[in-house]
Amino acid sequence: MHEVKFIRPRSLADAVEIYRRTPGCRPLAGGTDLMVMLHARTLRPEPQVVLDLWSLAELKGVRRVEDMIEIGAAESYTGIIASPDVRQHLPALAAAARTIGAAQIQNRGTLGGNLANASPAGDTLPVLLAYDAVVVTDRRAIPIDRFFTGYRNTALQPDELITAVRLPLGRQVVFRKVGTRAAQAISKIVMAVSRGPARIAIGSVAEVPLRARRAEAALDRGDVEGAIAAVADDIRPIDDVRSTAAYRRMVTQNVLRELLLSVR
Amino acid sequence: MRFTLNGRTVSLDVVGTRRLLDVLREDLGATGTKEGCGEGECGACSVLIDGEVVDSCLIAVGQVEGREVTTVEGLADGGRLTALQQAFIEHGAAQCGICTPGMLLAAHVLLRNSKRLSADAVREGLAGNLCRCTGYTKIIDAVLSCTK
Amino acid sequence: MCPSPAPITTVGRSVPRREGADKVTGRARYTDDIAVPGAWYGRTIRSTIAHGVIRAITLNPAFDWKRVVVVTADDIPGDNVVQLIRDDQPVLAPKGGEIRHKEEPILLLAAPDRATLEDAASHIRIEYEAADPIYAIEEATEVFSTVEIGKGEVVEGLEGVEVVDRTFRVGLQEQLYIEPQGAIAIPYRDLGSGARGSGVTVIGSLQCPYYVHRALKRALNLSDDEAVVIQAETGGGFGGKEEYPSIVAIHAALLARKAGRPVRLIYDRHEDLAATTKRHPGVIRHRTGVKKDGTLVFQDIEIVLDGGAYCTLTPVVLSRAAIHAAGPYSCPNVRIRARAVATNTPPNGAFRGFGAPQSLFAAELMVEHVAERLGVSSVDLRRKWMLRLGDTTATGQKLTESVGSELVLDAALKAAPTFQRSNIPTVRRGRGLSLVFHGSGFTGSGEKKLQGTIALEALADGTFRILTASTEIGQGTKTIFCQLAADVLGVGLDRVVLAPQDTSLVPDSGPTVASRTAMIVGRLVQEAATEIKQRLQRERPPIRVEKSYVQPDSIHWDETTYRGDAYPVYAWACTIADVDVDLTTGEVRVTDLVTAVDCGKALHPVMAEGQIEGGSLQAVGWATIEEIKMKDGSYQNDRLATYLIPTALDAPRIRTILVENPYSRGPFGAKGIGELPMDGPAPAIIAAIHDATGVWLDEVPATPEKVLAACASR
Repeated sequence: MHEVKFIRPRSLADAVEIYRRTPGCRPLAGGTDLMVMLHARTLRPEPQVVLDLWSLAELKGVRRVEDMIEIGAAESYTGIIASPDVRQHLPALAAAARTIGAAQIQNRGTLGGNLANASPAGDTLPVLLAYDAVVVTDRRAIPIDRFFTGYRNTALQPDELITAVRLPLGRQVVFRKVGTRAAQAISKIVMAVSRGPARIAIGSVAEVPLRARRAEAALDRGDVEGAIAAVADDIRPIDDVRSTAAYRRMVTQNVLRELLLSVR
Repeated sequence: MRFTLNGRTVSLDVVGTRRLLDVLREDLGATGTKEGCGEGECGACSVLIDGEVVDSCLIAVGQVEGREVTTVEGLADGGRLTALQQAFIEHGAAQCGICTPGMLLAAHVLLRNSKRLSADAVREGLAGNLCRCTGYTKIIDAVLSCTK
Repeated sequence: MCPSPAPITTVGRSVPRREGADKVTGRARYTDDIAVPGAWYGRTIRSTIAHGVIRAITLNPAFDWKRVVVVTADDIPGDNVVQLIRDDQPVLAPKGGEIRHKEEPILLLAAPDRATLEDAASHIRIEYEAADPIYAIEEATEVFSTVEIGKGEVVEGLEGVEVVDRTFRVGLQEQLYIEPQGAIAIPYRDLGSGARGSGVTVIGSLQCPYYVHRALKRALNLSDDEAVVIQAETGGGFGGKEEYPSIVAIHAALLARKAGRPVRLIYDRHEDLAATTKRHPGVIRHRTGVKKDGTLVFQDIEIVLDGGAYCTLTPVVLSRAAIHAAGPYSCPNVRIRARAVATNTPPNGAFRGFGAPQSLFAAELMVEHVAERLGVSSVDLRRKWMLRLGDTTATGQKLTESVGSELVLDAALKAAPTFQRSNIPTVRRGRGLSLVFHGSGFTGSGEKKLQGTIALEALADGTFRILTASTEIGQGTKTIFCQLAADVLGVGLDRVVLAPQDTSLVPDSGPTVASRTAMIVGRLVQEAATEIKQRLQRERPPIRVEKSYVQPDSIHWDETTYRGDAYPVYAWACTIADVDVDLTTGEVRVTDLVTAVDCGKALHPVMAEGQIEGGSLQAVGWATIEEIKMKDGSYQNDRLATYLIPTALDAPRIRTILVENPYSRGPFGAKGIGELPMDGPAPAIIAAIHDATGVWLDEVPATPEKVLAACASR
């Protein structure tokens, strides 16, 4: 039985290099997902080394970069919620971050971690999709609608590190999460909607956070009822421990209707 | 590695991926921090790291290198209970007491950040600390009694 | 010399909790906080099938088995039985033996560290010959127990009598004490001054030291003295640590005995959720006969509860469910037929309320359905039907005192906030009410059989020591018992202490269950203190007095016909619940809860309120979000991420009104109220959902999936 080593890089460049050359290396940000799995020994493949990204200043912060807002991959959700830039320009992101867990989780959860895990239930992921966010890594920028490639799978290369997320200004996005309780809940469905351009992004209704393309097309044509009807075909929800496919389908339509009423 | 625990420096030779919760309880004898679930759902393991409340079952001990960790044992000032601890006793906010350490730390942060809190703000601030005994009513009363 | 001032009396005042300072500073030591040098870690290996036979147990020789200790059924020196009611549950299923549920314990392991423990566990292979399991209550064939209660005669087809016929379903619920189950076993006794005696000492998180004591004696073949059980500070119980700790204790003791060293057996949350007892789910059918003017003519009730794979406490749960099934109402003709059946699911057991929340859920909603059929107010119907002083219950018990039914109804109605419908088009607001009662103390001759005993000592240093096996599990035992003794003795609270709940020190006061601790055991403390006070007038300490429960001559109960005085007295509660139902999602948010409780006498008002608030929220959870889905005999909700209880943000404002309607045999008039708060909220919430949406959901939990589907099909 081996013990997993802990490595603390001195800088981002150091981290990138270590990640590239170290076999069995797993990046660790806030630990809200990884530490549970590490303790339960459910990570596959089992890691040899954990690379601590939490303290890297280069991965923290919220800043304006031209007409976008850039958020460090290891910035905490608490930091994101408190950021005046986020509050002013990306209120849906703050709203989504506030539905994650509770104070303890928000103090450690990160966009980088949630993106890398690519859980279909990630609360902020539909918001990123609705904003057409860009995932910035150590070597390139990946548009969010090409980021999720399958169940808990991303377009990231095996040694590629997420460094930041960029979101554009000037978009109105509305958000709603439906969970079993008011805090500390994995979503039954989670949705972010925008009208200009038409974006309907939904989590927990497929194996990936989903763009509802047929519904978006209807919305583009100004056909709200058509969008609500079409979204039922865009999604592929399942029955699971939290909810049922039938409920998810009904609620997706109801919530879409509600959000479309509130977004210009 | 080295970090500060309740104001004193701690020097340890430990595997950095061990949970802070286990290091506190097993290596440092600080058993005031409890394990209720091991998955960041119940908050019984809450501690403060540089003044922020987190679940210590989700913290790799290597990540607190050079940081200030506060546990329930560090709240009372040399044996003198804080106003919040007194309020918990007075208002009946602790019944079985297992959630109390984590609850106190989360409430401590709330009160430190704002002396004017609504009941709703208290509920939101304590949403990461599950209690099964009290129904939360007297916990909220106790916290509100410490606000202006 | 100045006479000392008369000490301030404490009963009726909310004095600080005795162990409060320890709990707010982290000094309180729960089981896993206790360091035991040289202790190994233990682990239980459990069945992965629901029904069948163990064909083979293979320990892979690739692992060095000398590094660990393995315990099988062959290592049990006494009887391979978990001592409780029926001798059906084995401590460990043996090779060739039957498996009746998933997670059934088969092997035990102990190792010096957790990594070795896991390594060993991964090298064990168990082969089974599977048999067809029974999961559904409707398919069950084995009956654990039955109860039949009859009063008058239920006659069908009477002129002018309308019959309302409804069936209700109640779901599983996990107690979810925040401290998981755990015990530390030490393979000897501490005789003091460093001397050790043969036997076993178990320190654990538990409610009933003597239940564990009896179970240890049976399985490990120990004498009364050789088995020592010590309750550590316990992080919640709610019934979940009534009988289950016996299993943890026996397992830890077997490991410690074989290892020749202490062993810590502490469950993690997943194991606790997956393997330990839950509230009995069930189906309850009511047929109620009423006249058009609302006169209650008959109640015909059928109850089926699912006991899971082994009997545990099921007959007693069924008993309480049956006795409460007709609700707090006076009816001339009642027939209650109740049975508890076996399924191949993990055994169900004690959980606050113990059958009454299940049957009262149905009884209370029945009042709503009848009121709807007759077109009358359900509150008016309750006033018409409710049991009052001098009335007779379904078991023929005449209520001769302390009947707070109308008091609590009026108090709750008066205290309820002004109700306003929602002005948000997608949210409907509703209000519901329930009236319930709950028998305090053990059923029928239970207390007589238990003969619970306490001792009180006056010590030479002027202090007093209470010796009782009644445990503090958050509900305030330590504080209240000291209050009772101090006030009667006429001394300050700081002069009274409670001895540790250690079976080598304290007598068997009976289990800490059944809403009996304050009323039955507290009364013994009061009586002992009265006697000590008298004797101190002529004697010098040390003085020791023992008091055992003596059943009053006025209590008559016939176990065979289920007729007579089922409980010494009942406590009463009226709950009003306000809900918001979101029509977009079917989510039900309980925004406000008002409960008026007739507690006889509030010995400690804050603690009494604490019981009511805590129990009410547990009931809110049961009614709304605490769902357990079963698949192939396993709980799918087996982690805290999937078994959800209300957070502070989900909890409604809960307001409690304490009504004092004294009971002559309770200490200072107090009645037991620990379980009562569990009974009222669920039916009140379902009634509120109906008020909000027009939809009836005759089951709990009323999940958003069910609410939305019901609204959609309207």
